Amino acid sequence: MITKVLMPKLSDAMETGKVIKWLKKEGDAIKGGDVIAEIETDKANVEIEAFGSGVLRKIVVGEGGQVPVGDMIGVIADPADDIGAVAAAPAAPAPAAAAPPARAADTPAPAPLPAMESYRSVPATNTVVPITASPVQAPARDGRVKASPLARKIAAQSGVDLRLLQGTGPGGRIVRRDVESAATAPRPAAAPAAAAAAPPAARPQFVISSRTDAEYEDRALSPMRATIAKRMPLSKAPVPHFYVTSEVSMDRAWTLRAELNGLEGQPKISVTDMVIRACALALLKNPGVNAQLQGDKLRIFHRAHIGVAVALDEGLITPVLRDCDVKPLAQIAMEARDLAERARGGKLRAQEFSGATFSISNLGMYDVEEFSAIINPPEGAILAVGSVVERPVVDNGQIRVGRRMKMTISCDHRAMDGAMGARFLQDVKRLLEEPLRLLV
Amino acid sequence: MANQSFDVVVVGSGPGGYVAAIRCAQLGLSVGVAEDDRPGGVCLNWGCIPTKALLRNAEIVGLFHRAEEFGITVGDWKADYAQAIQRSRRVADRMAKGVEFLFRKNKITLVPGSGTLKSKSVIEVKGKEGAQTLEARRAVILATGSEPKSLPGVTIDEQGVISSNGAVRTEARPASLIVIGAGAVGMEFADVYRAYGVEVTVLEALPRVLPVEDEEASAQIARLFTRRGMTVRTGVKVVKVAPAADQVMVEIDAEGKRESLTASQVLMAVGRAARTKNLGLEALGVSMERGFVTVGPTMETSVKGIFAVGDMAGRQMLAHKAMAEGVVAAETIAGRSPHPVDYGNVPSCTYCRPQVASIGISEAAAKADGREVSVGRFPFTANGKAVALGETEGFLKVVADKRTGEILGVHIVGPEATELIHEFAVGRTLEATLEEIIHTIHAHPTLSEASLEATLAALGQAIHI
Repeated sequence: MITKVLMPKLSDAMETGKVIKWLKKEGDAIKGGDVIAEIETDKANVEIEAFGSGVLRKIVVGEGGQVPVGDMIGVIADPADDIGAVAAAPAAPAPAAAAPPARAADTPAPAPLPAMESYRSVPATNTVVPITASPVQAPARDGRVKASPLARKIAAQSGVDLRLLQGTGPGGRIVRRDVESAATAPRPAAAPAAAAAAPPAARPQFVISSRTDAEYEDRALSPMRATIAKRMPLSKAPVPHFYVTSEVSMDRAWTLRAELNGLEGQPKISVTDMVIRACALALLKNPGVNAQLQGDKLRIFHRAHIGVAVALDEGLITPVLRDCDVKPLAQIAMEARDLAERARGGKLRAQEFSGATFSISNLGMYDVEEFSAIINPPEGAILAVGSVVERPVVDNGQIRVGRRMKMTISCDHRAMDGAMGARFLQDVKRLLEEPLRLLV
Repeated sequence: MANQSFDVVVVGSGPGGYVAAIRCAQLGLSVGVAEDDRPGGVCLNWGCIPTKALLRNAEIVGLFHRAEEFGITVGDWKADYAQAIQRSRRVADRMAKGVEFLFRKNKITLVPGSGTLKSKSVIEVKGKEGAQTLEARRAVILATGSEPKSLPGVTIDEQGVISSNGAVRTEARPASLIVIGAGAVGMEFADVYRAYGVEVTVLEALPRVLPVEDEEASAQIARLFTRRGMTVRTGVKVVKVAPAADQVMVEIDAEGKRESLTASQVLMAVGRAARTKNLGLEALGVSMERGFVTVGPTMETSVKGIFAVGDMAGRQMLAHKAMAEGVVAAETIAGRSPHPVDYGNVPSCTYCRPQVASIGISEAAAKADGREVSVGRFPFTANGKAVALGETEGFLKVVADKRTGEILGVHIVGPEATELIHEFAVGRTLEATLEEIIHTIHAHPTLSEASLEATLAALGQAIHI
């Protein structure tokens, strides 16, 4: 069977994509679901998976090549398939949907095979060869984890989180050996990851680069920067923003967080994680804020899929934590950390940065007291979160030291009104000031 | 004959070779197969298939003996052993023709003669019509199988001392037979000959018959064979085998005591040795270990481009294991990434009456492994279908990990045991636990209900016992 590998359309805004890297070479065996290439889209670097199985027979668009969505970038086929017709065809614009896999013309005899070897050679040695299957990516679609009953049982007994594992069974299924090796492996470095999420302890070195001779330089826009440049005016101009700011006492949240992070074997919780959880619960209570204007309709969401902005060197990306309204804080913390790490590594999958119903941008780690954010259409609102700062506060007529955090919500006035935003913010504030509510 | 060139050349057309050849052809590779006998190898021609035909005869003879139990009066009847052999030959012929048909269907070229590797990619095939060379452009798959072993100093002459090869061909049956080796082959022939009235003595050096099976299975079969009038002696060492005019003398050492036994024939069933001679492996530097070719997880030998599957590649010497390996080799050569063979999940089957089948590890092995086990047993005497069939001998035993419910091993003695085992084979492949088996509704009345009940028993919940 011949399967064309097409430049995928990974977001509504995407028109072209660039092949950053081929992870498979021509002649490599491909199984459905194998990650075969990295694509730079307007938003992020995305790994693309093979739909067909066989051998990567031809790379049509090499590394660095930029082509419109739907163009063929490679051909996967059985070694015997004649791909001449397919591979030679000019890269005609194909429909956005994956082209139906073409069947090779009924050739009476299989086409001659290339003389080169096209299988992965693993000759036996006299030493023991470990028989382990190559791991297959197991994309957990719809949150379903593919795992064997035995793997589930052992995971439950040994406290291994199946969602963090990669299955090596058929079709990427998580099997016993995956759980057992995870259970015996040293715990993933929780500390450094937590540090990455928490405000950096040490100040960055303060170096000002020396003046150059050139008056200025013109840089080509990276696809991400170009998209931001194109999309932000599309938000700010047509979407009438209004802003509501509130100050939250973070004393109790701070104490609770320290207590939670003192628990052995629990993921480290960041302030952002608590804000995510608080927003998710407040969104359920205030569905009017969890809303988007869709032409002549208002779409009210009954799920809280929360986008969390992650700053990158060349821009920013907003990976989405799905169903935060039903996920415990620890799970939100783990997923947020995983998404942020992969966002920084350019390893997000397309479905992981689309579909948010609400977004959060936290610049607290940059000592920002407060700011306001631009709504990312078609979402209806975004919350901008500042630093937690110690300051004198007046409490029952007494001055004492307290922790405070300011947050500002930007709302689409077409979809909601000031009081709705204010009520939402009030609920977020209450949840953070009575933080045990985040745990129940 | 002209020299030919193929993508893949397979040497040997037994279950490992012919399956590898067909899978290669399915994946678009051109295939030539060298075979010095009939296609199908030992399995189809001289092993699995013809012996199953003989065992069916033995079963029917057994039913004739039990006719009265079913209220059937049979007048004069005669079981002709020569005709049983003839029938088994017809069955084998039909299966071998089936392989020839599959080769034609998949455009696989059968080259008669024995193959020798002249280089990594050139195979010389010497047949009745002279020699020719085959070029293997991509890979060679060796699948030359195995042949019966003998004891040191004992020659298998296929007269007084026969192997399974001779037994499936010989229409005459001896008056008495000593079977040396109580593995699957020895026990199956003992069963057949006994059904046809031969005085059978089974000798086994290890402490029990069917030594690879669970101890309870061994004990049950030894008991049932003895009840059928066979002499079963375990833990005895054969010291000497001396064929004379019409008798063979076998000297044994039973716990230090020398004894001398005689019978009209001796069947040597002490195991099989890989056929690796005259293949040219030494010259190419193909690694071997204890007579078997060393292979990696893709069935590739130490020499790139040369693969080996089946009996010659070691581990279990079973046709179904060879077939699984053939598929792995073929798919690797075609550029796929097949899952390696799971050698811990190969069913083991013996087709004597009652049948014996198992998968996974025995209770003793599980305990030796330090596992805390829960064991469930269910006798076929408590199974409605078995009672209706009049086949109540045997049991089904499930060995599971107490903590996780993992199915560590299943051991069956009883009617259609070799069919029943696959429920657990699938279960183990999917990593099902006891719970998944008990949540599966088993039809009533079936023998398979014993699987459910033994599983329930492992959880202390058996209903029907």
